[in-house]
Amino acid sequence: MNDEADVRTRARVTVDRADGDVVRLRLSGRWTLDTRPFTAADAFEYAMTTGDTRVVVETDAQLEWDSTLLLFLRAVIAEAESRQMSVDLVGLPAGARRLLALANTTPEYKELRAEDAAPTLVGRIGSQTIATMGSGADVLAFIGEACVGLLRLLTGRARFQRSELLRVVQEVGVQALPIVSLITFLVGVILAYVGAVQLRALGAQVYVADLVSVAMTREMGAMMAAIVMAGRTGAAFAAELGTMQVSEEIDALTTFGISPMEFLVLPRMFALAVMMPLLCLYADLLGLLGGAAVGVGLLQLGGLEYYQRSVQAVALGDFAAGLIKASVFGVLVAIAGCLRGMQSGRSSGAVGAATTSAVVTGIVLIIVSDAVLTVLFDVVHL
Amino acid sequence: MTSASHIPTRSRPRIEVRDLEMVYGDRVIQRDLNFAVEPGDIFVIMGPSGSGKSTLLRHMVGLVPPARGDVYYDDASFWTADTTDRQRILRRVGVLYQEGALWSSMTLAENIGLPVEQFTDLPQTTIRSIASLKLALVGLAGFEDFYPSQVSGGMRKRAGLARAMALDPDVLFFDEPSSGLDPLNSRLLDDLIVELRDSLGATVVMVTHELASIFAIATNSVFLDETAKTITAAGHPLKLLHECPDPKVRHFLTRGEKA
Repeated sequence: MNDEADVRTRARVTVDRADGDVVRLRLSGRWTLDTRPFTAADAFEYAMTTGDTRVVVETDAQLEWDSTLLLFLRAVIAEAESRQMSVDLVGLPAGARRLLALANTTPEYKELRAEDAAPTLVGRIGSQTIATMGSGADVLAFIGEACVGLLRLLTGRARFQRSELLRVVQEVGVQALPIVSLITFLVGVILAYVGAVQLRALGAQVYVADLVSVAMTREMGAMMAAIVMAGRTGAAFAAELGTMQVSEEIDALTTFGISPMEFLVLPRMFALAVMMPLLCLYADLLGLLGGAAVGVGLLQLGGLEYYQRSVQAVALGDFAAGLIKASVFGVLVAIAGCLRGMQSGRSSGAVGAATTSAVVTGIVLIIVSDAVLTVLFDVVHL
Repeated sequence: MTSASHIPTRSRPRIEVRDLEMVYGDRVIQRDLNFAVEPGDIFVIMGPSGSGKSTLLRHMVGLVPPARGDVYYDDASFWTADTTDRQRILRRVGVLYQEGALWSSMTLAENIGLPVEQFTDLPQTTIRSIASLKLALVGLAGFEDFYPSQVSGGMRKRAGLARAMALDPDVLFFDEPSSGLDPLNSRLLDDLIVELRDSLGATVVMVTHELASIFAIATNSVFLDETAKTITAAGHPLKLLHECPDPKVRHFLTRGEKA
């Protein structure tokens, strides 16, 4: 520490007393963020008596400093105040003195203090409950409004742009084909594999065709297509509407007396409700092809044999069940996406949250409604 | 500034805010707001950031219901009115949002055409001509088929103004019209606002803290204080600058410099 070079590379404090009751801190060296900082307690530990009434801080002319020095000084001031000592900062670099003064004089935003943001446990539970009930009511109101809008659409009184509808139809239809193809083909492959392993033990490999075709048409085609759409389209709807919320486009519609429900939500719901059954049919076909690829290519079942078993196994009712499910899923995915988008807050973070929530809500709704529909179809023997 | 006598005679509503209280969650932002905007005014709502100026505007154009109180257009309550009456009031109102808020999936002409389509049965060609006229009024002739993303921020704002004027409104609301504009463009927009007020005969209600605009064009104003949570001064801004007893208002109007 006595070395001259060492003095230049680290923070240094010399403490002495000028008069009987004045402590003098002389700062030198480097007071920057890359050196080990001093704590105020270190400085006061030396030579402090209860009789001291004043701290004088002085600095070396060659002192290098940044926020580290300010942190130290603020701590010294706080420490001195707690000991009822006065602090004399006249010996400081002018810049440091001004920054310290600025930090003390810039008024706080009293409105938004931390105490507002940290309620008690009971308070949190209470406000969560109120929020949950409120959001339940919002969902109901949204669905109600959507139904009214749908009625207006069916009676030809709803106002929306045809070009917008066509754009959404293209987005949720044609443009979704590649990803739906990939996913459902692979699901067909997986089903065939899993089935083959079990059925081989019984020497009943040929039933793989039955398994794949029934599972795809009744269940997996609709569900996989719907889940892809929840991740792809539901998220897109939420992000699109959320961004429109941020940029006040939705407010602009409202002040012109144009219902955002009719103008933005209905075309999207309509497009998904119409395109989902078509996507589902396509998904069924690709799934069957995936199963056939495994059956014919790996299990050495004859192509014709596989085809015939599939045709025998599947009834029209199986397709119907899948298509009904697909329509329901389509509407639910659209509702989840649009609802979360319309509820979105006015920041980029809120749009992100709305998008996530749209996907989660969409998938939950798909699975729950699938369970309900499966039971229902069993009751009506579909 | 042109005096009110030149203004073409048409029915412009008197807008009155009575006992309005605005809340954000549980927090009261402003309470006991009472003021009237007279026909032909360029009325400025000013105040520091966070005092609820934009929120007040959102209450006045029917976007957010107030916690208490009401907004009256010619003594007709807005917030207790039914949907048809509300539509009738909104039909007379144009709003320019902070960033223009143009509908991004439509061209500038379609943006202006949509409200016209909503409220009239005019044929498409007429609607298109109206859109071209309004764009020409704000200096954007020839940009009919551009999408909002293809033009600059200042142009989007002017297109937003063209859309706000689509239905020849009796009242124009502006939410921070000069934010994001350079001083020259901001000045041009000010001139345009005065010009439009005088030629269209519309009343203008403007939220801003741009002092240059305030002194240049405002004919009346209110000052929202964020700590007192209500209006602490009202009147012509130049008069407030010299005569307002509240030092905070004078401080605001002089940018904190000693008068």
